[in-house]
Amino acid sequence: MTLARETLIDLWTRMIRIRRFEDRVAIIAANNEADGFLHTYSGQEAVAVGVLPLLNDGDAFTSTYRNHGHAIARNIPLDGLAGEVYGKANGVCRGKGGSMHVADQDFGMIGGMGIVAGGLPIATGAAYGYKYLGKDNVSAAFFGDGAVHQGAWHESLDFAALFQCPVIFVCENNLYAESTYIEYHLNAESISAMAAPYGIPAVQIDGMDVFAVRDAMEEAIERGRSGGGPSLIEAMTYRYGGQYEGDNQLYKPAKEVTWWREQDPLLRFRETVDGIIDAAELDAIDEQVQAEVTVAFDVAIAAPWPDVSELTTDVYAPLA
Amino acid sequence: MTRTLNIKDALNEALRQEMEVDSRIVLMGEDIAGGAGRDDVNPEGTDCWGGVFGVTKDLLGQFGRERVVDTAIAETGFVGAAIGASLVGMRPVVEIMFADFIGTSYDQLLNHAAKLRYMYGGKVSVPIVVRTVTGAGFRAGAEHSQTLYSLYTHVPGLKVVAPSTARDAKGLMLSAIRDPNPVIFMEHKRLYLLDDDVPEEPYTIPFGVARIAREGSDVTIVGVQKMVHTALDAAKVLAEQGIEAEVIDPRTYSPLDEDTILGSVEKTGRLVIVDESHPRCSLPTDISALVADKGFASLRSPIKMVTGPHTPIPFSPPLEDAFIPDPDQIVAAVKSQFEYATT
Repeated sequence: MTLARETLIDLWTRMIRIRRFEDRVAIIAANNEADGFLHTYSGQEAVAVGVLPLLNDGDAFTSTYRNHGHAIARNIPLDGLAGEVYGKANGVCRGKGGSMHVADQDFGMIGGMGIVAGGLPIATGAAYGYKYLGKDNVSAAFFGDGAVHQGAWHESLDFAALFQCPVIFVCENNLYAESTYIEYHLNAESISAMAAPYGIPAVQIDGMDVFAVRDAMEEAIERGRSGGGPSLIEAMTYRYGGQYEGDNQLYKPAKEVTWWREQDPLLRFRETVDGIIDAAELDAIDEQVQAEVTVAFDVAIAAPWPDVSELTTDVYAPLA
Repeated sequence: MTRTLNIKDALNEALRQEMEVDSRIVLMGEDIAGGAGRDDVNPEGTDCWGGVFGVTKDLLGQFGRERVVDTAIAETGFVGAAIGASLVGMRPVVEIMFADFIGTSYDQLLNHAAKLRYMYGGKVSVPIVVRTVTGAGFRAGAEHSQTLYSLYTHVPGLKVVAPSTARDAKGLMLSAIRDPNPVIFMEHKRLYLLDDDVPEEPYTIPFGVARIAREGSDVTIVGVQKMVHTALDAAKVLAEQGIEAEVIDPRTYSPLDEDTILGSVEKTGRLVIVDESHPRCSLPTDISALVADKGFASLRSPIKMVTGPHTPIPFSPPLEDAFIPDPDQIVAAVKSQFEYATT
């Protein structure tokens, strides 16, 4: 393990923070405590945390409707995130986006997109902009395995390759496009193989191993910042929840669930750092994070609703 | 100083003048320069096309392929890329070669460009201009002739501009580029060669301010883009019959200058709206509803709409000619209003 101890602690903190936040979201959904469609990120923590801490100030990324993990991996404050889940005035988008549209550009998060593959052209354009403006920034675009069928997916890889944009396409391949299994919907051998015709370097990696994700992302970022153009990372992962909270998940075989639970990214992390960091220290961080999550939701629950006058604001930017 | 320019050249001048002072502006689109990949055939800086209608002609020579960017034929890809580039500080002006191709880019406009600011709580804006080409009368068939104004006007977060003169085209284009919001800029393919006096220096025309193309006291005719000119032709015929029509060009459909329309109807008591688009859920129905709601007391006869029929646009020349409203239909609509008033 070549990473510094504080980096390891940081990775653990971000991953466990995602898990505990989503544990709470699942409870909220089960109890009907919040309105709206909720999509939890549990199981996929190693992808967000392998990728996102590596972005620099000025870099940006697009997310999906399964975005809580991405927001937390960028250290967006939990109270604002919890507020957005409820649609409260303290939400990161002042309640106007909701769980599917979490965004905070100050943290590089362009935002969560509710349209499958909708963010890829935008992240590609951000990278195009960096290149044009002479900045050494990169952008990233998260998408699921279901997104590869969209024309927007193809057009983004096509554009990025044509103009050599420093964008990193990050596939969270959790085996299911909503309820549809990958062996049914994917015609190609793999998603990483689909990058080859565009001439985009791609790797398929273990998305339950935060270190493997991080290594792949470091290489992709280096390629982007040094003028080498786009990259694609296919991270094999698994979502523990449904497509949405409330999904019956009848399509998941029990054996499959058990196998992936054994690959749990938090468990894998503990194994990897065994002998470097005491389990008790990781447990203590877990407890501290659980307290943070409780406070964040207390704040969100106590926060006011947006004033109804907000309905008609922010539609257009004012003229300078 | 003013001189005579057509709409195509006025737009070209607007783009050129603004690109000269703002390096954040790039033009992107299909064949807006032309000949990409065969720079070996012609001297450097030669554009083979300058766009299919020549609006971006010769800009390549001045600004190079860095700023006059021929994209692949992939509207979702380059419209989305323009959105992303605008979020990191650029001012992209993209061209969708025909408004009909909206279908292949609409998600990026409808669900992203129009909504990011609102759903992300007002922290971002999307300063892009999407130039596109509208209109029938070019013998271009059903998939290269539509106007589709209402498909954009319906969507909050987009601004919609459709000039009918060269003077307006230049001033509105400069406003569009400087606007911090996504602007759909619609250019009518049958108006590109129409001349007007156009100031040489850069100037802006604000959105949401209609132009009164002809003053009159007896009937208000609102023309939608090219139909402004058809309405003016009708007004001449009406004038010979003692009816003075006021012809209004809204110029921008989002925002819409409601006050000018309502004020005119208050004066004339009659309203005809002329649009070559299909009639349902259109600008004429929208403006009719506005006046029926806020100007009802002024009306002396039913509002009349003169539009194309609820059909695709045919190719066959006599059929296409029959699709497009003509001055006779407008005159007939106005006269029916006067007959109504006298019964």
